Amino acid sequence: MNFPLNRAMMAPRGSVTETALKVGTLRMLEGASLDRLFGALSKRGYRLLGPAVREGAIVFDEINSAADLPAGWTDEQEGGTYRLKKRSDDALFGYAVGPHSWKKFLHPPAERLWQADRKGKTFEVTEEKPDTQKTAFIGVRSCDLHAIAIQDKVFLNGYYVDPLYKARREHAFIVAVNCGQAGGTCFCVSMGAGPKAAAGFDLALTEVCEPERHYFVVEAGTDLGAEILAELPGREVEGREKAAAEDTVASAAQQMGRYMDTTNIKELLYQNYAHPRWDTVAARCLTCANCTMVCPTCFCTTVEDVTDLQGEHAERWQKWDSCFTKDFSYIHGGSIRATSKARYRQWMTHKLATWFDQFGTSGCVGCGRCITWCPVAIDITEEVRAIRQAPQSPKSSPVGDKYGNS
Amino acid sequence: MSTNSTPETMMGREPSAPMLPRPCTVQRVRQETYDTFTLELAPAAGGAFPFAPGQFNMLYAFGVGEVAISISGDPGRPEKLVHTIRAVGATTKALGHLRRGDTVGVRGPFGSAWPAAAAAGRDLIIIAGGIGLAPLRPVVYHVLRNRQKYGNVVLLYGARTPADLLYTKELEQWRGRFDLDVQVTVDRASASWHGTVGVVTNFIPRARFDPSETVAMICGPEIMMRFAIQEIEEMEVNTDNIYVSMERNMKCAVGFCGHCQFGPAFICKDGPVFSYNSIKTLLNIRGI
Repeated sequence: MNFPLNRAMMAPRGSVTETALKVGTLRMLEGASLDRLFGALSKRGYRLLGPAVREGAIVFDEINSAADLPAGWTDEQEGGTYRLKKRSDDALFGYAVGPHSWKKFLHPPAERLWQADRKGKTFEVTEEKPDTQKTAFIGVRSCDLHAIAIQDKVFLNGYYVDPLYKARREHAFIVAVNCGQAGGTCFCVSMGAGPKAAAGFDLALTEVCEPERHYFVVEAGTDLGAEILAELPGREVEGREKAAAEDTVASAAQQMGRYMDTTNIKELLYQNYAHPRWDTVAARCLTCANCTMVCPTCFCTTVEDVTDLQGEHAERWQKWDSCFTKDFSYIHGGSIRATSKARYRQWMTHKLATWFDQFGTSGCVGCGRCITWCPVAIDITEEVRAIRQAPQSPKSSPVGDKYGNS
Repeated sequence: MSTNSTPETMMGREPSAPMLPRPCTVQRVRQETYDTFTLELAPAAGGAFPFAPGQFNMLYAFGVGEVAISISGDPGRPEKLVHTIRAVGATTKALGHLRRGDTVGVRGPFGSAWPAAAAAGRDLIIIAGGIGLAPLRPVVYHVLRNRQKYGNVVLLYGARTPADLLYTKELEQWRGRFDLDVQVTVDRASASWHGTVGVVTNFIPRARFDPSETVAMICGPEIMMRFAIQEIEEMEVNTDNIYVSMERNMKCAVGFCGHCQFGPAFICKDGPVFSYNSIKTLLNIRGI
């Protein structure tokens, strides 16, 4: 996958002090020293956000130290199924991805865009101040790094720029974690999005759990990452450690629970708007919007205008929305996508086809969340397979008759 | 022989604060029909509001909401910012209650434009249905201002009933000109209507234009646009020269909210004006 995380676009993060380490350097960090990394980030004013066990799931929340991480937990994932399970070791990152993605922080579920106050016959609009709190994301998987890069394209790389997203993005420090274990619904390998973090991080950890040792192989992805890495009590990586880290990631790549053939996938979907499979999946789809909420790339929002009781003060809020709701496509006279068939087709065709034309990339990173969190276990990889197995010829795509009937 | 297939575009001027409305003052309110009115606005901070025919703004009624409304004024008089609005929802109704001196929040202009300048030297056939005349009126103004640059100019306009006709005084003036062919029809009427009854597409075979040198601009309900395109194609107008304006739900107008997707296109930034060829397949699929 093309991965143009444009660092030049980001504001400078302060001067880089003399450091012995360069971008790309690998260092060995003992498991017990992970808190030194968190300490170095906290000292620089970063708020730490990372995985934590909450109500039977691994979610992203504020953390203070390595003790808050889900030590010894893993997750079992299947279509419509997610369960936490104890591991045989005390790995801190021994699971795939949970229901949360980092868009929760970078593109929050609800945010105020501006406020306005009535002044006689007119009103004054006050822009929302961008959030400049420095934030460190701990444990970002490769699929989610790709998802962040995809949302960057939506909010930063066009003619218009989302100033609130931009500020949060500029103040984020990313600690990636290379996956050592894939989930049952994972297919990042199919999407070229993992499991190894290739770009877009400040530091990338590979966790190695051996019977007698627990350590991380840490890679510096940016100058700031290298500067922080230099402060940590590590040492050069030995050949054996490097090999162990590589084996860890390689085994995750072998464990993918799902597979998607992406050959000419855009053309495949463009030519199959009238495929009968859309009816089949629509008969199961509850249009509950879970898939869009858990998807790390889904970016759609609506706005809500609110006022105080006097009607003197007004605010506009932006909130996550979903193409699975009927209101989403409402224009005067009715909804354009009135059926669940039209809505599921919109979502999947957007992810895997129109996204390429809009943003030059797939809208799917193979994280598998939409499969796991679908209450009826609809599986995007299975839907693609079904269409691919019996594609309709381009000629049979629905060009309506004179009356617009297809 | 074809016009540029990419519609002319002029982007909103504040790319770094795209969600922030600018206060504009209502200068004049004109009731067009029983449910449709025109607001004439001016930026509260002064100055003009340049736009290209076919572009739209997001209009904000304080505390109520925001709607996408195409600009219906004269691009040659950018000091007047004109929108024609049909009161069908909470926000449009709130906008309808505004009076001279009140304030509207405005974001824009957004979107692509009709290839009005690029069509110079050709015949022009403008086909509008209902409120679809509003985004095409700036083209008529532009053409009248530069009348010698165009060949035959045909305006075909259809509405549901005589009471739904917009800009009736202007239509009468335009019909009185020797250099415009203006035809108006309604779907149904009472005995007091002495004009044509029927669909607007009936005019197309009889209109005077040279199909090999004609640019068509169409705006109205999708079903009407499909029929109109079909008739125009039957007249053998090059499909490269057919343009339509599309409508979808819209929340942000800058490509962030996802609501206005139409296949790979975002109506807000790739449209609303599209060359027919670029959306031909999509236009015929239901629920896109």
